[in-house]
Amino acid sequence: MIIFDLMGMLLSAYIVGFIYYGLYRNITARFQRRIGPTVLQSFYDSIKFFSKKESISHGWMFYLGPVIMMTGAIMTLFFIPFFYNSESFSGLSAYGNLFVVLYLMMLGPLGNAMGVGVSGSPFAVMGVTRGLTRMFAMELPFYIAVIALMSLNHSADIATIAANQTTINAFAYPLLFIGVLFSFVAMMGQSPFDVVGAPVEVYSGPAAEFSGKFLALLMSQSAIFSFAKLVLMVNLFLGGAEGFFELLGKTFVLFLFVIAFGSMYGRFKTPQSVDFLVKVPTAIAVVGLILATTGGQ
Amino acid sequence: MEEGFLKEGFLKEQQVMESDLNSDTSHKSSVDFLMDWFRKRSIFVLAYGTGCGAIEMPPTFTSRYDAERLGIRGAATPRQADVIIVSGYCSYKTLRRIIRTYEQMANPKYVLALGSCTVNGGMYWDSYNTIKKLEDYMPVDMYVNGCMPRPESILEGFIELQKEIAEGKASSWQKYEENYEFYRKNQEAVLGKTVAPAYDADWYLYDGGL
Repeated sequence: MIIFDLMGMLLSAYIVGFIYYGLYRNITARFQRRIGPTVLQSFYDSIKFFSKKESISHGWMFYLGPVIMMTGAIMTLFFIPFFYNSESFSGLSAYGNLFVVLYLMMLGPLGNAMGVGVSGSPFAVMGVTRGLTRMFAMELPFYIAVIALMSLNHSADIATIAANQTTINAFAYPLLFIGVLFSFVAMMGQSPFDVVGAPVEVYSGPAAEFSGKFLALLMSQSAIFSFAKLVLMVNLFLGGAEGFFELLGKTFVLFLFVIAFGSMYGRFKTPQSVDFLVKVPTAIAVVGLILATTGGQ
Repeated sequence: MEEGFLKEGFLKEQQVMESDLNSDTSHKSSVDFLMDWFRKRSIFVLAYGTGCGAIEMPPTFTSRYDAERLGIRGAATPRQADVIIVSGYCSYKTLRRIIRTYEQMANPKYVLALGSCTVNGGMYWDSYNTIKKLEDYMPVDMYVNGCMPRPESILEGFIELQKEIAEGKASSWQKYEENYEFYRKNQEAVLGKTVAPAYDADWYLYDGGL
């Protein structure tokens, strides 16, 4: 039954996503020489927001913003197989390939942009503008690497790309991987590319006007979507996974790298982050693409 | 660790917070109990400083005193916040902003007032442009005394507030709704008629709402 499969994927992504976010806050605290909150703190926060008594509204589109965002995250998750050699936890990946995933990853932010737009909060609109500006730069190295992988494997199927790696792609095509890592840090909303929700500049940006249940939905969305992106990266570059332990291990290593990277650097300005992403990682990824496709490596 | 060591410091605070609550919770349903526990464990504080006490808040929330280990963290906007800290004296000009901000926060919401200025005016007792008693203008859940209270005292105030939240006693937001005429009258007395748009719990039903 595919419905149980999908529910299992959603549930595991929800749980693991929230634990990862708790770990993120805890590990960041350790980097800053603090004790930090418990691992379940993000989960407590989201439940608390669900229990808030009232929320404000700016019309029906405002309601739809977080809902579209959540839909985008869940659908992205469903089209990414957790394991490359197993029927279970493959979700809808038989019905759509990497192109669908790339499209669905854009859906959430764009839908949320419309919901945020009607709220009329200038900070929210500023956050969305920053996010969309950064998105074009952020996706360049990622798309270049994805195109390289698809042409090398003659397939856009995620499970096939994951299964074809005798040496994992991160070592087989290091330049592509380095280029992608930069844009992955930006995708996870980490410093130095965290221009969208910068708390002291645009007051949490797109989330500025959301309270209570909207915010809880956005937090859950963020947890699920982060896990989906981690699984995608593991499938594309780290050789996929055969079981839950391998998946958790690989995603956690990647997540730890992102946290450590984010803790080390301060925030770029929006033009700086676009400049950097368009120049350095894109150049690395282009060289990687040329070397990979001409057999230089 | 030995009892004797835990007179003060991080571990003591952690112990106080996690100790069993000797409260009468018989009237509460289990869902209420659970929700109050989650509310207690997750407190978002609006990053807004009204007076000199604002300078005590950065050390409270950063590495030195690390309020996040108790589940207390900053929130960027009033929509996301649970607690507003009125940190010291408030001039009429600031009061207008505080009220506007407080009314934008989602229920249940709590007020923490720092210093003697919020109790009786403190050293500004004869000032021409500050309010003397905050409780006339908005309800307060917890006072932290001192001038100014150190981060330790603020944390202790937070822990007491968490206890009240867990017991369901921190209900100033209900008090504000029930006695709105009283507060509004006092607010208008110092701020004039343009204090803020009318506060109505159902205002999302009008005005561009559903």
